[in-house]
Amino acid sequence: MSGLTSIFEERAGQILTVGDGRDTIVCDKKSLSGAVSQRACVFCGSRVVLYPIADAIHVVHGPIGCAAYTWDIRGALSSGPELHRLSFSTDLQEHDIVFGAQKKLERALAELIEIHHPKAAFVYATCVSGLIGDDLEAAARKLTAQYGIPVIPVESEGFKGTKRDGYSAACKAMMRLVGTGDISDVPKLSINILGDFNLAGEIWIIRRYFEAMGLHVVANITGDGRVDDIRRAHGASLNVVQCSGSTMDMARAMKDKYGIPFLRASYFGIEDMAESLYAVARHFQDIDYSVMTRAREVVRQELTKIMPELKEIRKSCEGKKAAVYVGGSFKAFSLIKAFRHLGMKVTLVGSQTGTSEDYREIQEISDPGTVIVDDTNPLELLAFLKNNDVDLLVGGVKERPLAHKLGVGFVDHNHERKLALEGFEGMLNFAREVRDTVTSPVWLFTPRKERRPV
Amino acid sequence: MKIGFPKNDKDYVSTANPCKVCRPLGACLAYRGVEGAIPYLHGSQGCATYIRRYLIGHFREPVDIACSSLGENEAVYGGESSLVKGLHNAASKYDAKVIGLATTCLAEVQGEDLRPGILKYGKQEGAAPVVRASTPSFAGTHIDGFQDAVNALVDQLATDATPHPGFNLLPGMVSPADLRHLRHICELFGAPFTMLPDYSETMDGPVQDDPEAIPEGGTPLSDIRRMAGARATLEIGRTLPEKETAGQNLSDRNGVRLWRTGLPVGLRETDAFLARLETITGHETPAELSLDRGRLVDSLIDAHKVVKGRRVVVQGDEDLVVGMVSFLSEMGADVVLAVSGGTSGKLEAEVKRVCASVREAVPKVIQGGDFRDLEEAVDALREAGQAPELVVGTSKAYRLCRKWGIPLIRAGFPVHDRFGSQRILHVGYEGALRILDQVANCLIEARQDDNPVGYGYW
Repeated sequence: MSGLTSIFEERAGQILTVGDGRDTIVCDKKSLSGAVSQRACVFCGSRVVLYPIADAIHVVHGPIGCAAYTWDIRGALSSGPELHRLSFSTDLQEHDIVFGAQKKLERALAELIEIHHPKAAFVYATCVSGLIGDDLEAAARKLTAQYGIPVIPVESEGFKGTKRDGYSAACKAMMRLVGTGDISDVPKLSINILGDFNLAGEIWIIRRYFEAMGLHVVANITGDGRVDDIRRAHGASLNVVQCSGSTMDMARAMKDKYGIPFLRASYFGIEDMAESLYAVARHFQDIDYSVMTRAREVVRQELTKIMPELKEIRKSCEGKKAAVYVGGSFKAFSLIKAFRHLGMKVTLVGSQTGTSEDYREIQEISDPGTVIVDDTNPLELLAFLKNNDVDLLVGGVKERPLAHKLGVGFVDHNHERKLALEGFEGMLNFAREVRDTVTSPVWLFTPRKERRPV
Repeated sequence: MKIGFPKNDKDYVSTANPCKVCRPLGACLAYRGVEGAIPYLHGSQGCATYIRRYLIGHFREPVDIACSSLGENEAVYGGESSLVKGLHNAASKYDAKVIGLATTCLAEVQGEDLRPGILKYGKQEGAAPVVRASTPSFAGTHIDGFQDAVNALVDQLATDATPHPGFNLLPGMVSPADLRHLRHICELFGAPFTMLPDYSETMDGPVQDDPEAIPEGGTPLSDIRRMAGARATLEIGRTLPEKETAGQNLSDRNGVRLWRTGLPVGLRETDAFLARLETITGHETPAELSLDRGRLVDSLIDAHKVVKGRRVVVQGDEDLVVGMVSFLSEMGADVVLAVSGGTSGKLEAEVKRVCASVREAVPKVIQGGDFRDLEEAVDALREAGQAPELVVGTSKAYRLCRKWGIPLIRAGFPVHDRFGSQRILHVGYEGALRILDQVANCLIEARQDDNPVGYGYW
């Protein structure tokens, strides 16, 4: 990334250019003090993973900010109860800080359980509850005994690590539920879907594919999630893990404890979607070969539906360039491939929480000259967008104004999206949005285009 | 389906669907209104990111907030070295002229004295001045944080008390459009003034080919320094605390005469605001504004039958609630409920005061409330056959309005589900005209839609 002066020296190792010699990237590191990281905190990591469990209440034990900023924040849809769309907090005050707030938490939980009759309650620790030393575990035990529902503390003190640690804490919390339900009627051909959050109804699309293959889905973890399903999750024969960063810990724990194998999947883009279905089918084909036959049929049918329009769209997108900055790196792989389908090149790939293994794989599929970044910041992103004439940035809400400010297109691939991007139909939605973005006339009027006419 | 709770008169221990956000958010926004300033949070990384996301969703502008990113070690053993390093990194990479420091709950609970760290940083070559506000979120709201930062700016930067004929305008937490309009009004009066903060450009800027790391605009540092020598301060806000505001501080410390007015929303509050400007500047209200006033009264008359007696709920930050209740009452609307998450304790008295000369009934006022309180109060009204027909509030009221099938006119902060939130004009006669048109048209639309005839004239 020549000519870029905005890299903080300490961050130099977290950025590399494919093909320029160095092939390891520094990652999974605490954000640099004074930099404007796009990351959040441990609490955020836990909150996003557990958020879609719709028949539980989610109670934040802390001052108001943590609860206010996560109120109805994701597009994680529910087919039934919608308790997850409410924001509950103990709204800690000065008095609570001085004298402790465990009693307040217990009373708040009792009140909320009595009003809402949830199937479970998740109690999130925050920086403040951690520092004042409230015993969430004891409070949870007491309320569990009193109301007979699982009240589960989540060790999500904001300062105790990075967002990844929050994912782990969420998995740990869910593992308390797994194994407590009756699995006598779970069939052999069964899976759990891990790491999908049902944004814009995506898990419904994916479930439809799996069900068409003859598979029974025991638990959605966590999109459109239900407490009783998670309690029975140990009955499934296979865990299919998408967002590896967030739920891989749970898959590993279930393998250790219940011997359930897992495989990684991605539902973005044509190849990855198809390959995910085939991989699951391969797992079951020795028991029942028709699963594979049906998987092929699903892929064939779905492709027939989308390919003609996709080819049309490609004509409008061919030759354009994209930058990708997403939370989890699995999305980055799939996006690189998806853009190839549209005839587009990805020249920057980054994630907030990728592992070295993830980044190695990204390098392998990226063209020379592609820049790869870990945990970047607005200055770097601005510099990159300025120095490279990309047509589009894919990211989350925080990145959108950076792109727009420079007159660069933007596609939301984060948790607020309202359009399903998973599955074959999701690929078509994605392609349409990319086309509508890059072919909009508004870019003609931006300073960068006036300076460099098309 | 009920979104929130069954009707219940008990005091809840929990907060559900809050009507407020945290104190550091307000401080960060205020700092964005200072030229060359980078907001900086001393705390864990999540606070900065959540606040950025929340502000970006409203303003649709890049909002960079640097952070110490404190981890477990710093939480236990102190974050001084992170602070020194963080201040250095943020200031040098952003080429900041000033750092606006606010504390998160983590730093406040830990209670570490930040001054040694700031001093240590200040000794470095080329260090930017650091303004420090203490903003624990476990006391107060984003509005308090905003005022904390403005007070800190004045307290720590306004050092030049040489008398000059200019005055200070402290607008409070309003929209960029409001700031632009307030500036325009003051300019019409023809006396020099300093408005602090001024994020009218930094939070609503143009597309650019080569944007600066810190967007252009904001109150210049040199102007802030001279605020101590101004002839007067006009501080907006009827629900501000008596002490520890920037205006009070300048008055106590430098003897700068303090005037306070309400947020100039609607007719009488704008009249009062302009009257104060007349006192301070010694100039009469300019003809342009008198003409606007005439248009406003003319429009109030045109629309009075559409609005009279219609039941309205107002929700938002306290001073905006006071202003909106005042203006809606002037229109003849029946404001039945006013709700704010603010905790000044002054809301009820101020609502009563602005209602006094225009109507007899005073709305039910919920201070320090949340949306569960609002929902219960409206449900009670509905059961009593007094169903509200309109809500004026933030976008967080949307789901309830949807449930009740009544329109929401979006005002204040945050508005996360519409474009142009940064351009909502609430203040002055001009702002009033826009609000009036919106309220009247919204009520007409409801009647039009409910009517089988489909009248084309109204």
